[in-house]
Amino acid sequence: MKELKIFGVVTFFTLVTYWGVEPLAHSIFHPHVEPADFQFKDLEKITETKGDATKGKEILSQNCVGCHSVEKVGIPAQVDKQTAIDSYGVFPPDLSTAGLIYESNYLANFIKHPTKAGKLEHKYDGVNKFYIMPDYSWMSNEDISSIVEYLKSIAPAKLSNKEVFVDACGRCHSMKYDKLPAVSDVTKVMASTPPDLSMMIRSRGEHYLTTFINDPQKHLHGTAMPRVGLTEEAQKQVITYLEEIGDSKKAEREAIAPYVLGFLGFMIFISLLWKREVWNEVK
Amino acid sequence: MAHSEKAKSLGEWFDQRLNTTGFIKVMMTEYWIPKDINFLWAMGMVLAFTFKILLISGIFLLMYYKPDVDMAFDSVNYTIMQEVGYGWLFRHIHGVGASLVFLIIYIHMFTGIYYGSYKRGREMIWLSGMLLLILFSAEAFSGYMLPWGQMSYWAAYVITNIFGGIPLIGDELVVWIRGNFYVADSTLTRFFMLHVLLVPLAILGGIVFHFYTLRIPHVNNQKGEEIDFEEEANKYKADRKKVSKVIPFWPVFMAKDIFVLSVFLFLFFYLTFYHYNFAMDPVNFDPANELKTPAHIYPEWYFLWSYEVLRGFFFDIAGLKAADIGLVAFGFAQIIFALMPWLDRSPTVAPANSRPYFKVWFWLMIVILIILTVYGKLPPTGTNAWVGFYSSVSFILLFLALPFVTTKEIAATNAHKQNGGKH
Amino acid sequence: MADKNRRAFMGKILAGTAGVAAVASLYAMKRTWDPLPSVVSAGFTTIDLSPLEAGKLSIVKWQGKPVFLLKLTPDIALDVNRDIVIGENRYTVVIGLCTHLGCIPEWREGEKIFHCACHGGQYDAHAKQTFGPPPRPLDIPPFAIQGTSIVLGEEGPEYKKMTAQAKA
Repeated sequence: MKELKIFGVVTFFTLVTYWGVEPLAHSIFHPHVEPADFQFKDLEKITETKGDATKGKEILSQNCVGCHSVEKVGIPAQVDKQTAIDSYGVFPPDLSTAGLIYESNYLANFIKHPTKAGKLEHKYDGVNKFYIMPDYSWMSNEDISSIVEYLKSIAPAKLSNKEVFVDACGRCHSMKYDKLPAVSDVTKVMASTPPDLSMMIRSRGEHYLTTFINDPQKHLHGTAMPRVGLTEEAQKQVITYLEEIGDSKKAEREAIAPYVLGFLGFMIFISLLWKREVWNEVK
Repeated sequence: MAHSEKAKSLGEWFDQRLNTTGFIKVMMTEYWIPKDINFLWAMGMVLAFTFKILLISGIFLLMYYKPDVDMAFDSVNYTIMQEVGYGWLFRHIHGVGASLVFLIIYIHMFTGIYYGSYKRGREMIWLSGMLLLILFSAEAFSGYMLPWGQMSYWAAYVITNIFGGIPLIGDELVVWIRGNFYVADSTLTRFFMLHVLLVPLAILGGIVFHFYTLRIPHVNNQKGEEIDFEEEANKYKADRKKVSKVIPFWPVFMAKDIFVLSVFLFLFFYLTFYHYNFAMDPVNFDPANELKTPAHIYPEWYFLWSYEVLRGFFFDIAGLKAADIGLVAFGFAQIIFALMPWLDRSPTVAPANSRPYFKVWFWLMIVILIILTVYGKLPPTGTNAWVGFYSSVSFILLFLALPFVTTKEIAATNAHKQNGGKH
Repeated sequence: MADKNRRAFMGKILAGTAGVAAVASLYAMKRTWDPLPSVVSAGFTTIDLSPLEAGKLSIVKWQGKPVFLLKLTPDIALDVNRDIVIGENRYTVVIGLCTHLGCIPEWREGEKIFHCACHGGQYDAHAKQTFGPPPRPLDIPPFAIQGTSIVLGEEGPEYKKMTAQAKA
């Protein structure tokens, strides 16, 4: 009994120290933030005004294809990648999958006012510094809604985790451990270098990434990373992909853990029996 | 060679040449340990075993690790963690083991202080243990640099900078230690050498020496009782095992150790598989970037208390620069535990709780160390800075007061005895 | 007796000789840790200040540390202890590591301050601390003026004068 009491005292002080250097310190380093908002409630409800996909197709072909390709429906890029990077600093994204991976109303708001939807107004004030994609605030909500409707109508029903990552993140970020370079080097346009994402799942963890990807400003006030407006499903796929690459042995780790711990549990039992056997003789 | 009979068995063959029976007797079956002990006496063997785990896992990591600033991070996080078969397991074991070895070192050390196992002939046990603490600290610090993540880099930066505070040679010393004006490739390769060769060699030597220091004064026991080991050993050998106050190292002492070790390994592997972030800081999974400081820089948990003593002095006092006071206080914290046998003036070898004054001192020390550890990690601003200051001052005062506290304790106990043990 | 003295004497000579070897090897070992010649020569960086635009911050790397180069706009008053004067132009040249805990402050062009995001420290355009925990201004690296350029790492007369003034 005395040993148990001593064990209790040692455990108590160990746990107090642990609590101080882990949960307490982390709660101070990372103050609590609001949970991820996949409805993007701060934005105007543009898509409440119903749009029409056929009309959207027309508006898109008049306004968007000068810069963007839509390969899914056979609209190629007007300029090749290098020329685009040289002149704009980035390669404008292909719009084939936009209707699937971005939340509809966010997408509408992004078309209307990219820096507002992306929360980048602190970087691009629209007076001295302009974002690469211009505002389409002159368009009616109905027309914007129609573009979104059209993009949704052509979007694939499903994408692999990696495909979502490439379209949502891979234009600025590299993934070295999957041999994926970033599409364009945006260091100049964004005035900061987007980090490689290979180990993000270990350095940030799933919990942080869930709120961070949804709204980077929550954790990194003033960051150049835009809010990209992924749907909950698309964001989950991105995080799963980060885990597949950055923590590829997770499944193996979790599979063998119970066996090792089970074995050690048995070892505790056997060694206790042996201890009793040996000590019976002396005590 | 002297004349010998033809050996009848392999064991005998070795015995003729190496005196294995004699060796086993001296080292194991007739190496006597007190019987009145608890599980805390198993921490030494737990430490030896954890060191063995670190050594073996380290060997397997060494085969794929590349000590070069451009390759180190990927060799750890890609090659070892993702490509090498069970590489991730060896790395997790190594990382978690490095943290747990310090937990056990501290438990082992405070057990020694609690039971007064550092005095009356046991001074060398204590000093060799303190030497091992320093060596393990050097091993941990140099090893933490190797993955070349953000924390590796900035911890190396901040800690090597500390030497800059030494008068006259400080600045040049920092450059000399780093081999460059900043933490660079030269720094990584030399700390790699320290981590995989020089320091482990010294630790191995230190462990052998630490075991040796136990032979003459013998292991202490739960009551601090002085035992006539020869007489008790004779009782044991005369089969009066239940009466004898001693037990042989093998098999009796080890039977208990193995049980404690099994419990420890369960915790070890639970943390390795499920709860490793405390030992493998997530920030260190960001590659080192010399132009971007992490928002918070802190050492691993086991260095926090002395780190807090270093930065606890954040304002100039009486014309002395804050940084210089901090450095002196830090130096004080590094050596003061080694002086325990001389700071404790009382000759009594007994558990702290049966010593009226030392009891208070001991638990106060534990509490202050925990406060220092916790605040060593928190940002040193506002109230935190003052908590750090007052607990650093308390830490120093506590140790300066120990000789007086223990001297008073002798006087008090003597007076108590003269009153015939009555209050 | 004489024999014993001779033996003791010779013993001392032998120990002394071995000691010389030990000291010499320690020195040789110490030398292996000295910065390599290539590292030492990389410790000097020459930067032309003339292309700098007033009020805009440039950052260069010197000895692995960020060095802030800021051409001061005329409205900022002269600080003889901090400004590097070349012809009619004045510059703030400092090591861009916050003197509190070594974070890298950012230059806020509009407010004309350096702001450290880690613990909220602020410095004015001369990189003197004006708010928060920093204990002293940002450090000025050793420099020597060569025409419109400065050589970082070399202690020129202007640098020596500046440090002497700062001490006084």
